[in-house]
Amino acid sequence: MKVSMTVNGVAVSHDVEPRTLLVQFLRENLGLTGTHVGCDTSSCGACTLILNGEAVKSCSLLAAQCEGAEVTTIEGLAASDGTLHPIQEGFREKHGLQCGYCTPGMIMSSVQLLQRNPNPSDQEIRHALEGNFCRCTGYDNIVKAVQWAASQS
Amino acid sequence: MIPPTFDYLVPATLPEAIALLHEHGDEAKVLAGGHSLIPAMRLRFAEPSHLIDISHIPGLDYIREEGGFLKIGTMAREVVLEDLPWISERYPLLVDTTKMIADPQVRNLATVGGNLAHGDPANDHPATMLAYRAEIEIIGASGARTVPIDEFFTDFFTTALEHGEILSEIRIPIPPVLSGGCYLKVERKVGDYAAAAVAVQLSLAADGSIEQAGIGLTNVAALPTRAVNAEKALRGQQPSDALFAHVGELAADASSPADDLRGSAEYKLTLIRELTQRALRRSVERAQGRS
Amino acid sequence: MGKMIGESIKRVEDHRFITGTGEYTDDIVLPRMTHAYILRSHLAHAKIKSVDTTAAKSADGVVAVFTGEDVAHINGIPTGWQVNFTDGEVMREPKHPLLVKDKALHVGDGVAIVIAESKEQARDAADLIEVDYEELSVVVDASKALEAGAPMVHDELPDNRAFDWQLGDKVAADTGMAKAHHVTKMRIRNQRMIANAIEPRSYIGDYSKARDKYTLYTSSQNPHVIRLLMCAFVLGIPEHKTRVVSKDVGGGFGSKIFHYAEEALVTWASQQIARPVKWTAERSEAFVTDAHGRDHNTIAEMGFDKDGNITALRVHTDANLGAYLSTFAPAIPTYLYGTLLQGQYVTPAIHVTVNGVFTHTTPVDAYRGAGRPEATYLLERLIDTAAAEMGMDPAELRMKNFIPAFDGVEQPGYQTQVALQYDSGDYEATMRKALDVLGYNDLRKEQEEARKQGRYIGIGFSSYIEACGIAPSAVVGSLGARAGLYESANVRVQPTGKVSVHTGSHSHGQGHDTTFAQVAADHLGIALEDIEIIHGDTEQVPFGMGTYGSRSLAVGGSAIVKALDKVKEKGAKVAAHLLEASEQDLEYIDGKWTVKGTDKSIGFGEVALASYVPHNFPEGLEPGIEFNSFYDPANFTYPFGTYIAVVEVDAETGTTEIKRFVAVDDVGNVVNPMIVDGQVHGGLAQGIGQALLEGAVYDESGQLTTGTYLDYAMPRADDLPSFEVDRNVTPCPHNPLGVKGCGEAGAIGSTPAIVNAVVDALRPLGIKDLEMPLTPQKVWAAIHNANA
Repeated sequence: MKVSMTVNGVAVSHDVEPRTLLVQFLRENLGLTGTHVGCDTSSCGACTLILNGEAVKSCSLLAAQCEGAEVTTIEGLAASDGTLHPIQEGFREKHGLQCGYCTPGMIMSSVQLLQRNPNPSDQEIRHALEGNFCRCTGYDNIVKAVQWAASQS
Repeated sequence: MIPPTFDYLVPATLPEAIALLHEHGDEAKVLAGGHSLIPAMRLRFAEPSHLIDISHIPGLDYIREEGGFLKIGTMAREVVLEDLPWISERYPLLVDTTKMIADPQVRNLATVGGNLAHGDPANDHPATMLAYRAEIEIIGASGARTVPIDEFFTDFFTTALEHGEILSEIRIPIPPVLSGGCYLKVERKVGDYAAAAVAVQLSLAADGSIEQAGIGLTNVAALPTRAVNAEKALRGQQPSDALFAHVGELAADASSPADDLRGSAEYKLTLIRELTQRALRRSVERAQGRS
Repeated sequence: MGKMIGESIKRVEDHRFITGTGEYTDDIVLPRMTHAYILRSHLAHAKIKSVDTTAAKSADGVVAVFTGEDVAHINGIPTGWQVNFTDGEVMREPKHPLLVKDKALHVGDGVAIVIAESKEQARDAADLIEVDYEELSVVVDASKALEAGAPMVHDELPDNRAFDWQLGDKVAADTGMAKAHHVTKMRIRNQRMIANAIEPRSYIGDYSKARDKYTLYTSSQNPHVIRLLMCAFVLGIPEHKTRVVSKDVGGGFGSKIFHYAEEALVTWASQQIARPVKWTAERSEAFVTDAHGRDHNTIAEMGFDKDGNITALRVHTDANLGAYLSTFAPAIPTYLYGTLLQGQYVTPAIHVTVNGVFTHTTPVDAYRGAGRPEATYLLERLIDTAAAEMGMDPAELRMKNFIPAFDGVEQPGYQTQVALQYDSGDYEATMRKALDVLGYNDLRKEQEEARKQGRYIGIGFSSYIEACGIAPSAVVGSLGARAGLYESANVRVQPTGKVSVHTGSHSHGQGHDTTFAQVAADHLGIALEDIEIIHGDTEQVPFGMGTYGSRSLAVGGSAIVKALDKVKEKGAKVAAHLLEASEQDLEYIDGKWTVKGTDKSIGFGEVALASYVPHNFPEGLEPGIEFNSFYDPANFTYPFGTYIAVVEVDAETGTTEIKRFVAVDDVGNVVNPMIVDGQVHGGLAQGIGQALLEGAVYDESGQLTTGTYLDYAMPRADDLPSFEVDRNVTPCPHNPLGVKGCGEAGAIGSTPAIVNAVVDALRPLGIKDLEMPLTPQKVWAAIHNANA
């Protein structure tokens, strides 16, 4: 079946099987490999992206369900001139990543978190990131990275 | 990781969705938020022949008070409940519950209707809807019918929904003044299913005694469980620690948990005892406007 | 010099990761690439009576299907370490086939590989394969597998043992125990863990017929070792015509050290079908096929004299190795475990015995810490328990028994009772600093107050030591290692003065691109931006032993320093020639050779250019500047520290809240404090995860009941506290950077600190011990039983 959506501001359209997951559509049909897959139970959050303004797990959605949707992935987060989003900067400033595999999902969840709560407490950040596993950082520096980004606005 | 093949159908209206369910038989399934169904399909625990996606049907995601009820459309997402100030104010039990479900990304897509229709006794909304004495509206080929929540869960992972029917609306009676509620859950880790959880909704009389009480229990039996005797014991009584301790015992008596990875049966009974008392205290405080 | 080392330089690799442009193996797409799915045994022990692939072979898009029969002629996956029986019998090494033919020995054992045009087609076709299994009896616990009449894992191996092993002086330990005034004896279970790197393992085999050449893309921590093992021991293909590439690797924690069957399988299959073959693990598959960690059943006893001085330590462990011997499996419960039983203490007599045992479970190998957490856990549980039994303060009892400070330069290294010689250490100093940071005395008062209110607050200590940068090669060889454990580096100065550093270490999150560049920038006095760190490709890097065991900076970094020294040495010759001065009169500062006492100087870039355009060049000197180094350390390094956890237990529900976690480490010199803190944080999270949440559980039939993230409880942000980390510095005396390694410290030290804290909290109830993980229900049950 044909699926069309807007990804990072670009209209895209591909013929896919109905069972194609949104994350597969991005990685395999569009070559946008920044969105990662870390599990098969929608637990790890590595595949998190922004769908119509909300952070979602793209491994638990069919591409077909996203017909006509607006999708922002990690590749589309920085400004078109390459200026990084404050959360991207925060992760670098505060060493909020190590192996980088969970990072795109973690960043996209953080984007949503600051949209909903621009001045979160540390505990609110931990709560809001409970859909994302990181096995490297122990989360402490991720909390600091989000706080850094929050302090930029 | 890879679901089996299926046909994907997008009805424009509920009647059309119901017609499709009838047309494609038992192996067709309704897709709402998809956050129970799609993971199950990825692990090939579920292999539906047809997915009928009702998420594009307009007008199913409302949340409004009307005719003495809080009405929640079947496609209302969990996240919306979290974000509405008037819901937080008047339905604290509902918001407590929503916030305990999975994680923010899941709550952005998962629906209250799906949480109930799945029939999983480990899900959180069933106990809460028991405590609220909610009603479920079901639409089928022959029109709509209303099922009291006590008759909705019929067996393990089974509900009153017949094939060809769709859960269309959840109705919570609007609580009177001096009402409060609370959902408390013990989980092994953040975002987990409950080892056990307790939903309490109560209202107080002018003299401070308990006028009405609902207590629902999560994951302590094959079905979501109402603590009937516990509710009775509260009625007409002044709140006290001794009363709550007694009611906690009655709630445990209503439970028949099994040993599993989340805890022994004995442990779960203790949780029910303890969480019931804590939830009652909190609910009374909320009813009295103290928190 | 000294401008970069010691600075928290922001990581240069981060840009690609935060913009989604990292390149992990599953991101790679090759022309004509096929996709593989592996059909696995769902039974833990079963005879395979038949495998019918007829329908699968003719399914849509299927290119090939191979079974155990098709790969029966190929060697099994080898073991890299040999531990013989104490009576001299050589280690029993059953074949670990690429796919099983006659018998499946654990859930997840590969039965067939389906290769198709798409992964959907491969997956669908796998459902069409019919396997006729005959279920056999199962044993999953190491101690039970040793009992008479236990089900056999390998028919030809009589008692399910791969080896037994001992270390230390039995007579001395028995004597020390006999004369002890007090003996603390404990049964200790160190549960099975699953590393769970968030990137699942992923491999692409790519055979080029035109060049008769093999390429393997792999999510491995050590590509060179994989190439060596796969070429020489498994497939018998030429090493020089095989290239192994690991690009970005999404975490490993040990689980990506090992050579896995799927690596050899996709490489071999690619040659069979003359097309690239990609396989990426699904998570539920990773749970049963990534090597697991730990899984020890131990009985340990520690003797004390009447003043609290340790007199002896005796330990016996049954170590579960799983169904086959993974790459480093035999070394983990022996040379990385028994050798660490000295801890930070002057224990005069130690004896340890170990059985390495086969069971019908996924193979067990190194997981962050690898042996050292097991040693630390039992020591720190014993000493904490002993302190309570003897009515002593746990911090004081530790300090009373600490090895006195020694720097390894003025004072010699410390010879342990269990073969190692510690390099340098000041154990009391990290303890004292940790006590200060915590405010120990005040906290004990708070604890007393809380107890009066019926609240259960506990303080738990752990003073750990570990052995990192495992070496030297001759020593590990004598202990059974089948590989050297040095590291290589190549420094290539480009004509423009830019520098490419090739290292055999291979980052999977450790930040080598930054830390190694800081080292090179300081040594050469040039800008960080002028240095590129290259790793993970056997065609670019001379050789490599990879990244694990907290070895990269101590061993790999030292190799880089050695090569940089050679660069400077040659550069000085060129500079002296161009400056018309003698080498002895030159000094090298800030990237320039200057004639001492003059303003005559020449920069690094000019020397580089002159070396590649050698119109005016020293007679007899070769053009170019490029040097290799192979660094084989003189000893292990021995990081150490003291951790203190403060917890509060909700006695009604059994839930534990971590109120504070103080970690004071001494990892020697520090190149990038930000990165070191990050490594410590990550280790703490994993160690705390083991203490409170995680644990792989097999049921009696050999099914892994914790086979998804729904059931295997890994810590999330909300499960963990903010960490209070601090440091002392006792430099390593035997490597040029004075560094010791920091990757595993947190995971080694934190686990016992948490358990000790919870037990401390519940001590008024008479609770003395709890088995990990300390789930709410287990803690509740202990309280419940104590009250009953």
